[in-house]
Amino acid sequence: MSAVMITRKLRKWEKLPGKNTFCCDGRVMMARQKGIFYLTLFLIIGTCSLFFAFECPYLAVHLSPAIPVFAVLLFLFVIAMLLRTSFSDPGVLPRALPEEANFIEMEIEAANGSVPSGQRPPPRIRNVQINNQIVKLKYCYTCKIFRPPRASHCSICDNCVDRFDHHCPWVGNCVGKRNYRYFYLFTLTLSLLTIYIFAFNIVHVVMRSVDQGFLSTLKETPGTVLEVLVCFFTLWSMVGLTGFHTYLISLNQTTNEDIKGSWSGKNRGQNPYSHKNIVKNCCEVLCGPTYPSVLDRRGLMQEDSPTAANSEGPCSFDNLVAQTVKTTAPLIPNEHTPDDVKPSIAAEKSSAPKDDPPLAAKLPPLASPETDAETSIVKNQ
Amino acid sequence: MFHNLQEMQHTASLVTKVFIQRDYSEGTVCRFQTKFPTELDNRIERALLEQTVKTLNSYYVEAEKVGGQSYLEGCLACATAYIVFLCMETRYEKVLKKISGYIQEQNEKIYAPRGLLLTDPIERGMRVLEISVFEDRGSSGSSPSSSMSSCSTAR
Repeated sequence: MSAVMITRKLRKWEKLPGKNTFCCDGRVMMARQKGIFYLTLFLIIGTCSLFFAFECPYLAVHLSPAIPVFAVLLFLFVIAMLLRTSFSDPGVLPRALPEEANFIEMEIEAANGSVPSGQRPPPRIRNVQINNQIVKLKYCYTCKIFRPPRASHCSICDNCVDRFDHHCPWVGNCVGKRNYRYFYLFTLTLSLLTIYIFAFNIVHVVMRSVDQGFLSTLKETPGTVLEVLVCFFTLWSMVGLTGFHTYLISLNQTTNEDIKGSWSGKNRGQNPYSHKNIVKNCCEVLCGPTYPSVLDRRGLMQEDSPTAANSEGPCSFDNLVAQTVKTTAPLIPNEHTPDDVKPSIAAEKSSAPKDDPPLAAKLPPLASPETDAETSIVKNQ
Repeated sequence: MFHNLQEMQHTASLVTKVFIQRDYSEGTVCRFQTKFPTELDNRIERALLEQTVKTLNSYYVEAEKVGGQSYLEGCLACATAYIVFLCMETRYEKVLKKISGYIQEQNEKIYAPRGLLLTDPIERGMRVLEISVFEDRGSSGSSPSSSMSSCSTAR
């Protein structure tokens, strides 16, 4: 008696490596730790609620009804920017599929020549010339790719992110190429909102105190005290952060490059990505094209037919698209191999196809950070 | 050898994959190297592959152009708190559709008859242009030696 198994078609986000969490069937992408993001939401919504409850009725009547209307618009814009920054793909670079990883390994082997045993192989770096400046592209052992310029690997999310700026716990996500402008607009409009609420709190307290006295004002609108406290501390950090990012945008630098000092000190003025014009730099970062996500989170995974792994080795055209995980060339599993690949590697090895491509036989041992000279130099610094 | 994609599907087996890497000499814009991979020496004429890569590069330049239209799109979107992107397709997405159509057409006309298959770079994270090399199952005896020799020349 055979049981009929109905398997739901999986979407690609369910099988993506990395430490992200996905919601709404792959539409929303965030980091794992979301606690501070909830705090950010709570502080913004809480403070604005107090403002609408305590200050706005008085100010609308005694000053102008435009004040709460503008506050509402600003508040909605801030929330929209925050959610857009937190929920979107920052520009994650997908990991190399096994064939691509092997191809790169072969190229590295060919470039290094033969390394005498006992010696560490040279660091995996590619030099590229961009605008008359030599930029070093580093190899990512986790993603098995040479990182494009300005990309960096986020250890919290375990992904390589294009034009990596930083990982922001306040928004619960990385800030990279795709969501940097939303992050910047979030900091800018939040600074404006904080200044706005702070200013009108003061105005409200002054106006009311003239009529009723200071202490009775505070008793009538206790929310004001809380708002002033939150706004005072938020203001300095947000205005500072906005100023810092405005400076970075005008120079077309990322926070990551600024911290590492890539284009400062003795390299000052050599940033090859800068247009040497503040307006052009700002326009490129803020008004540039909206890059699409290359992750395809909501695409359907092709069902791997059970015959593919056990029959003849070379995969047929039918299964070409399905081979997101299984491959003809056997992988050497290391600690970075996703857990679901390991059983299939065992299956591939046991079937031992007779016409396995000879490329696989010449596979060099996969280097790891421990054997690489470059990371040992970094550790010693 | 093969007359169309369907014929290749039924009779071919994958031999190897060749990857054309990104060319970063002009910065972070999406651009692929026009250097001809040696593994494809006896599979396709240089000029054809170069033409394909150059056309793809020009599409990407069009998608990533920072100019009047991108400013307008950016400002309009910002004014609506980017909600407009829920209903409107961005210019980049429109160009990606064109690229996908172009690759499909190139595969059907030029690459499939030569036993090759291009994969859209967007499916590989815009990192590489993957070219799958197929061999007719009947003549699989010749393929291992050809890939063996290309291995030894790479060293």
